[in-house]
Amino acid sequence: MLEARDVTVRYGRQVVLDGVSLTVEPGRVTGLAGPSGCGKSTLARVLALMLRPAAGTVTVDGAAVRRWRQRAPRGLRTAVALLYQQPRLAVDPRLTLTEIIAEPLAAAGRADPGRVAALAAEAGLTGDLLGRRPHEVSDGQLQRACVARALSLEPRYLVCDEMTTMLDASTQAHLVAVVEAYRERSGAGVLAVSHDDALLARWAHHRVRLGGFEGLES
Amino acid sequence: MRAAAAALAALGLAVLLVPPLAQLDQQLVDLRSAGLPPSLAHPLGTDQVGRDVLLRSVYGLRVSFLVGLVAASASMVVGGLVGLAAGSLGGMPDRLLMRLVDGFTSVPHLLLGIFIVALFAPSPVAVVVSVGVTHWTTAARIVRSEVLSLRSRPFVEAAISGGASRSRVVRRHLLPHLAPHLLLAAVLMVPHAVWHETALSFLGLGLPPHLASLGNMINDGQRSLLAGDWWSSLVPGLFILVPTLALGVLAQHWRDRLTPRLRSELSL
Repeated sequence: MLEARDVTVRYGRQVVLDGVSLTVEPGRVTGLAGPSGCGKSTLARVLALMLRPAAGTVTVDGAAVRRWRQRAPRGLRTAVALLYQQPRLAVDPRLTLTEIIAEPLAAAGRADPGRVAALAAEAGLTGDLLGRRPHEVSDGQLQRACVARALSLEPRYLVCDEMTTMLDASTQAHLVAVVEAYRERSGAGVLAVSHDDALLARWAHHRVRLGGFEGLES
Repeated sequence: MRAAAAALAALGLAVLLVPPLAQLDQQLVDLRSAGLPPSLAHPLGTDQVGRDVLLRSVYGLRVSFLVGLVAASASMVVGGLVGLAAGSLGGMPDRLLMRLVDGFTSVPHLLLGIFIVALFAPSPVAVVVSVGVTHWTTAARIVRSEVLSLRSRPFVEAAISGGASRSRVVRRHLLPHLAPHLLLAAVLMVPHAVWHETALSFLGLGLPPHLASLGNMINDGQRSLLAGDWWSSLVPGLFILVPTLALGVLAQHWRDRLTPRLRSELSL
């Protein structure tokens, strides 16, 4: 279980999250809704161990997180994969799509071109796109590469931060299907962050709403 | 760009080939030929003791740019490592290293350079140490600010989230983005280092007076300016200006080529 308990985050004097608790259960999709600026992305980054909260705790399958970002143990970092709203900012502009997808495997010392090709195919990327760099493909194609990259180390939890917001309906449907197939296959927990209530109504097993500083409402 | 490459290639060839092939001794004093204007025998004239200005400028280019290149490289390496450490480690190491940078930059760097070079006998090594020790702070600040900017970018966060070690993040994601900035800083540092060599030589603390460096030549030549010998300081000045401009153009081109998006646009 991926759990945030009484998490408070401040940017300077501004309180962005105030005592927020949230649980993502394995094998289930938790939908996190809320208006723009309410702290959804901040909570997603805290759950992905990329942002240390001012107060509160985060646990990954019972293991309490004590260090964050680079200092977090590698096993905990890779247990939670984060998918960003803007794929163009989430990839190194110097790398090809193949290199982007292969990056986590290479960092783990498990470079495997066959697996990279399989992940790309699963995400709907054709072979001719794999040698291209980010500026040579569309946002949708880039987000497909990001999904393939996120799944490469088979994380136990996927945090999808407005993953499909900038994409057309068919790409949106395909990427949700890819994540759903992975969830069913692996039993991973998914946190779907979105302000699209219709999408969450269809995708999430249960939904929570984050509203300003008032915490979560089920 | 082609003109810059051609100018650099010509000067490079001259620097490599002229010294071993030259019939004249660049240090030979011939007072009968002192202060001669450009002629067939001396295409760019002679200085106030009769030495050939063209030949001596080629020798000077070799010495000055070698000293400038080594000094600029040393300051880039030291400053780059300090900036990289400060930016990527953050916290207390960052604060300590940046206070060290503040300490160095608070002292006028020419004065500090004079103090350092005065500890040695006049030699190229003394100039390199002097410039290296006083100029690494520029590279440290550039690299640190760039690392801080890169560290907060989602693609670096994605690499960290994907399990990349600290060294892999630096090697794979930070250094390739830093290289163009460091390259430009290094290129701009080379003429600056040559200027320092000139200033230190003028004060009798840089290169030994007999050594043909562009700095020594300009200083020797400026004494003859009032006598109308414009060529003896203008020629070494042009020998600084031309390769500096050419290096700048090539560095700009290389920086564009190192950025894949710009490279694609350039090839359209």
